[in-house]
Amino acid sequence: MTSSFTLVPETVGPPTKIAVRDLKVFFGKQMALRGVTLDVPACRILGIIGPAGSAKTTFLRALNRMNELSPDSHMEGQVVLDGQDVYHPEFDPVLLRKRVGMVFALPMPLPMSIHDNIVYGPRLCGIRGRSTLDELVESSLKAAFLWDEVKDRLKTSALRLSGGQQQRLCLARTLAMQPEVIMLDEPCSGLDPISTARIEEALTTLKARYSIVLVTNNTKQAARVADTTAFFLMGELIELGPTSQIFTAPHDKRTNEYVTGRFG
Amino acid sequence: MKLKREKLVEKVLLVVACSTILSLMLIAVFMLKEGVPFLLKVGLRRFLFSSEWQPRNGQYGIYPMIVASLWVTVGALLVGGPLGIAGAIFLTEFVPRGVMRVVKPAIELLAGIPSVVFGFIGVMVVAPFIREYAGGPGLSVLAAALILGIMILPTVMSISTDAISAVPQSFREGALALGATRWQAVHMVVLRAARSGIIAGVILGMGRAIGETMAVIMVAGNAVKMPHSPLDSVRTLTANIALEMGFATGMHRQALFATGLVLFVVIMLLNSLAMSALKKRAGTR
Amino acid sequence: MRIEPKHTQRAAVVILGSATLFTLVILVLIIVFVLEKGLPAVSLEFLFTKPQEMGRAGGILPTLVGTILLPLVAIAIAMPLGVGTAIYLTEYTRETRLTRIIRFGTDCLAGIPSIIFGLFGFIFFVTTLGMGWSLLSGGLTLAIMVLPTIIRTSEEAIRAVPNAYREVSCSLGATRWETVVKVVLPNALPGIVTGMMLSVGRSIGETAAVIFTAGSSLRMPHSVFDSTRTMAVHFYILAREGISNENAYGTAAVLVIAVLLVNMLTYWLMHRFIARKAR
Repeated sequence: MTSSFTLVPETVGPPTKIAVRDLKVFFGKQMALRGVTLDVPACRILGIIGPAGSAKTTFLRALNRMNELSPDSHMEGQVVLDGQDVYHPEFDPVLLRKRVGMVFALPMPLPMSIHDNIVYGPRLCGIRGRSTLDELVESSLKAAFLWDEVKDRLKTSALRLSGGQQQRLCLARTLAMQPEVIMLDEPCSGLDPISTARIEEALTTLKARYSIVLVTNNTKQAARVADTTAFFLMGELIELGPTSQIFTAPHDKRTNEYVTGRFG
Repeated sequence: MKLKREKLVEKVLLVVACSTILSLMLIAVFMLKEGVPFLLKVGLRRFLFSSEWQPRNGQYGIYPMIVASLWVTVGALLVGGPLGIAGAIFLTEFVPRGVMRVVKPAIELLAGIPSVVFGFIGVMVVAPFIREYAGGPGLSVLAAALILGIMILPTVMSISTDAISAVPQSFREGALALGATRWQAVHMVVLRAARSGIIAGVILGMGRAIGETMAVIMVAGNAVKMPHSPLDSVRTLTANIALEMGFATGMHRQALFATGLVLFVVIMLLNSLAMSALKKRAGTR
Repeated sequence: MRIEPKHTQRAAVVILGSATLFTLVILVLIIVFVLEKGLPAVSLEFLFTKPQEMGRAGGILPTLVGTILLPLVAIAIAMPLGVGTAIYLTEYTRETRLTRIIRFGTDCLAGIPSIIFGLFGFIFFVTTLGMGWSLLSGGLTLAIMVLPTIIRTSEEAIRAVPNAYREVSCSLGATRWETVVKVVLPNALPGIVTGMMLSVGRSIGETAAVIFTAGSSLRMPHSVFDSTRTMAVHFYILAREGISNENAYGTAAVLVIAVLLVNMLTYWLMHRFIARKAR
């Protein structure tokens, strides 16, 4: 069965950070992700849109091998990060997750102080020294546009922050790992418009240094923020192209119906 | 390097996790090692059903002890069972939740009292009372049944409470909506639904009663004879083991291990019965 | 003759309520009785001097020491084994045949009466392994006895830690063991400690398993290989041999207070645990 997706390449392409070739993900006998091929461009924001159940989250989790936490999942195909196959038996998944960071849909602060949340990952890597860690905390929080709001209470529990603040904390926490790729899975669902705006502002600034993959349920958000957009439907990649083109003149009928709100 | 440490950790934890199985096997092996040769020599039927327990003369019949254990256990169940179930019903159905949350732990806390203390109370208070008002030596089946009953009461009550609390609220509401009083809802609907859990509680209480040693030694009298009335002094299987272990040698000691084996088997059976009753409850949900 | 349901309800409430009240009263009376008869004998001297004439006179110091040391040894052995098993069962495997066997073994162990543990401890630790009547034999035996409790409570506590924490930790590049040590265990700690306290409470009152393994020496234990007598054992001997009713009551009072304290501490901890979870 040939997948019916349409790939429209950019005329001047940025280098590819992650190359995904015919990626399939199975849960038991169920094929959740059906042979996706795309390139994640470096230092750009790739938006992924599609209705619920399209396996967008599964796709993200396949990129940093988080799917392996589910007992009966297995994959086929290739995920290549900077020329290296991440599923190769000798490739350390722990190392992978440091290079490819993830922000989840629901804010998930660890039950610790704000400061400890951010240094949790770096400490595991062996980074020590109070001043080094403090600088890391400050720079990560600034990059996530959260520093001004919490700089006076870094030792208080992260669970006391508002939803929007917690989500930015999670972003800062991921940034503290100094990854190369940042994946965000519907990060603004359930957040108020102001928090959403802050996060989008942060992402637009961050793409200068990081490659960003943003899964979003909100097509308008993709339209605002993403450089390229991919449309997933029922586990398949239907169309991929520059955001402006996807939203004004999509090639596939189904893409058109989704972005104009005929279904969702 | 971290990967190597991870693999090591997993192996160590696997070994640690097998410690329960290892312990159980060790216990089984050693009980069998001491008890089976004896049983082969003396014969299981004679061991279980002969009434002569005179180790010095080579007589090893534990029938009086079996009967004693039975009488004492049934007596304990008659005391502790109804009290425990009544308490469970009362605390879950007829009392505000705040009261239940105080009284239930209070009863469980109080019942953490060591068995030797219970036994002592039996000797100091219950036995003289029985001797005074009912006759006999006082240290008797009756005394043991009363004391053991109070001891197993928290077990029965605790498990029954869990079983009754687990009945979905919709059952009660359904009955009440049909015009039943609270008591009718309880005994016609809730108790029926919680039945297997309550039975499990009773069976586990029974297991505890059969296995109890110290309190029984202190109040049951420890005479090796067939009981003919609840006022008779008796010696249970557990008491027999504990009393004679101190000075038993050779075949005598093996006989005590064989007694332990019998106890072990009986209690295992009871516990698996209780487990399957508990599972049945979960299954019918 | 049909009785009004209202009346049967009232009768039921009265009967059930009386039964419950009766239970409470009996248990309270027992404690009051022991304390009333025993507290007069308890004094600092009683607690801190050695017994004389096999306990007819003097105090209970060595038994106090024994009652503290024995559960300590048992816990020191049982906690690593029990928590380790709980970690393995929840974090490192899913339900396989092996895990079912392990759980079955745990359930079986939990149901074995203490006299059988006493028998086993005697024939295995004291005799076959040659440890003699000692803190070590007693501690090992008690450890096996409380292992199921520790495994059960620890497993429950570990399972209660939200999966989100594990996911986050993993996504930040932690290995499974690092996640367990840095995120799961700290969060499961109150529940694990509850299990430990329950085991301590049980060990303090345990007699049948202890008397055949730790012995009943009245000397102060100086090493784990020394025999020792716990308060429960001392009380039992005093009472049965009729050595001294007064001292027996005194020992009983101390014993009961100790157990009550440990159990109350456990409940307080459990409530903190529940309160934390609710947040």
